[in-house]
Amino acid sequence: MVIERPWKRWVYFYIPLTLFIIGTLFPFYWMLITAIRPDAELYRSWRAVNNAPFWTLHPTLEHFRDLFEKTTFPYWLWNTFFIAVVSTGISLFCGLLAGYALARLKFPMAGTLGTSIFVTYLVPPTLLFIPLADIIRNFQLGNTPWALILTYPTFLIPFCTWLLMGYFKTIPKELEECARIDGATRFGAMTRIIFPIAVPGILSAGIFAFTLSWNEFIYALVFLSSPERKTVPVGVVSEMIRGDIYFWGQLMAGALLGSIPVALVYSFFVEYYVTGLTGSVKG
Amino acid sequence: MAQVLMKDLNKKYDEVHAVKDVNLHVRDKEFVVLVGPSGCGKSTTLRMVAGLEEITAGEIAIGDRVVNDLPPKDRDIAMVFQNYALYPHMTVYDNMAFGLKMRKFPKAEIQKRVRDAAEILGIQDLLKRKPRQLSGGQRQRVAVGRAIVRHPQVFLFDEPLSNLDAKLRVQMRVELKRLHDRLETTAIYVTHDQVEAMTLGDRVVVMKDGWIQQVGEPMELYTRPANRFVAGFIGSPAMNFVDVTIQGDGNLTAQGTGLRLGIPPSLAGQLGPYKGQRVTLGVRPEDLRLATGADQAPFVFDAVVDVVEPLGSEILLDVKAGPNSLVARVEPTVRLKVHDAVRLAVNPERLHFFDTTSEKAI
Repeated sequence: MVIERPWKRWVYFYIPLTLFIIGTLFPFYWMLITAIRPDAELYRSWRAVNNAPFWTLHPTLEHFRDLFEKTTFPYWLWNTFFIAVVSTGISLFCGLLAGYALARLKFPMAGTLGTSIFVTYLVPPTLLFIPLADIIRNFQLGNTPWALILTYPTFLIPFCTWLLMGYFKTIPKELEECARIDGATRFGAMTRIIFPIAVPGILSAGIFAFTLSWNEFIYALVFLSSPERKTVPVGVVSEMIRGDIYFWGQLMAGALLGSIPVALVYSFFVEYYVTGLTGSVKG
Repeated sequence: MAQVLMKDLNKKYDEVHAVKDVNLHVRDKEFVVLVGPSGCGKSTTLRMVAGLEEITAGEIAIGDRVVNDLPPKDRDIAMVFQNYALYPHMTVYDNMAFGLKMRKFPKAEIQKRVRDAAEILGIQDLLKRKPRQLSGGQRQRVAVGRAIVRHPQVFLFDEPLSNLDAKLRVQMRVELKRLHDRLETTAIYVTHDQVEAMTLGDRVVVMKDGWIQQVGEPMELYTRPANRFVAGFIGSPAMNFVDVTIQGDGNLTAQGTGLRLGIPPSLAGQLGPYKGQRVTLGVRPEDLRLATGADQAPFVFDAVVDVVEPLGSEILLDVKAGPNSLVARVEPTVRLKVHDAVRLAVNPERLHFFDTTSEKAI
């Protein structure tokens, strides 16, 4: 019998876990504390007497007020939200149909097609934005939300397709066959039987797509230029750093507000998300 | 009127020729079982009838209609799958009602049919549950219920009992048989279990490597197997096979290494042409017994006990006669130990002979 020694548990479990949690959560804590710290404290020298970099005794909401009153931050929030929702919707729709087709239908070159869709996901956006910028300019979509709504699916659709294809493959084929014998067409079996069962997979693909487009930086930076049209990640960085002056308080307040929707989405759907990625359906 | 006719049915995948020239006439209200080892093409045949596999060549007719190009939903069939295939996101009631809803039946009719089917199967109390809250046997019942509410022309069963434990399987087997007697609907049933095939089928179709080996009533397959494969597949424990040479002039004998048996006059006619040639002798374990003083010389042989398998109601004796291993089914009262010498008698009227090369029955 193996005797579990307490020190082993500390060495292999508690201490690494604690370090990991601190490492993960510290940036968020830093973001929060900076956002509510008054300017006087923010720009004080580190060597000043009574300097307390890890907490503040005078919390303030002035940075948030400035953010909403002196910048176009509310527009950025709305832009980000609108773009993320629409591009997620488009990508989910295409991903559902493509994923189903690749998982279930037999057609020539199905395997090759699946792989090549995945390969497009691997092309880095830092390369892809150059040709895309040309296309956007030709269609005169520059500086409109559609520039992003139509480019985000270039990486979201492959991702959704692959995730959903994997999920559909875990659903027993017989369910569909039975539905088809019961009187459904293939499309009917897909929408009435397979999609409802695949809800965890669809949700996790949706959440992931939403997060990816919410946080996307490079396309948003390149394709949008007017301040009121920007998204949160780009706006915060480009409008809160003026010249070489960092408005740390507003920067962090903007980052904090920008990360809240994503955190909310994850916390609501975390269970679906896990089953969606690990895939488990019992007939 | 719902006969099923299969004419020169063939199925080819890229490399594999799964079903070869299957011709079968399933009569109205008949219960036909397709049986064979895995990969013999029985499931593929059934799936072609269902419309889930395309037909490479040949024709399938259900009733008077050729259904080759009809989608599954228009064939008026119902199928029960091995893994039940219940829709996990629907209640039992909705599972059973699904097919009727798709066919736009009025709500009252759906309700009535589901209740009736639930009553027949004894699952009235489960209608509000989800499939994951049911045991294996209950799920199987729901799957059967989902098939019978539709009152289809033909039932298709694809190994429906294989996922159940042994005891439940026997129970469900009896229920299925009773259900068929009551509903009088044509049924095609696929299984790899020869006991299921024998007990359920009005007729049994034995398949191997895509070919039909024999079609017949259960007892016909047992007493008059068409070839060595059917003889070995039907019956448990399996038939014993011994290579022998046909010898003699007036009275023929079968001479094998370590054993010599007489051939009864009733078989002498067919075996005459094989004089001097090697054939395969087949004898079922239940046609072997311990010899008594009354047994005559040419129909007994000596052997040594190799293994004793007491089953309670009977004992299986694995014996060695020369190099040949044979199994005999004997009374549970017999007291024998390993290495004991025994004298066994055969029932001469129930010996089988097979051509060694073609494996066909002689």
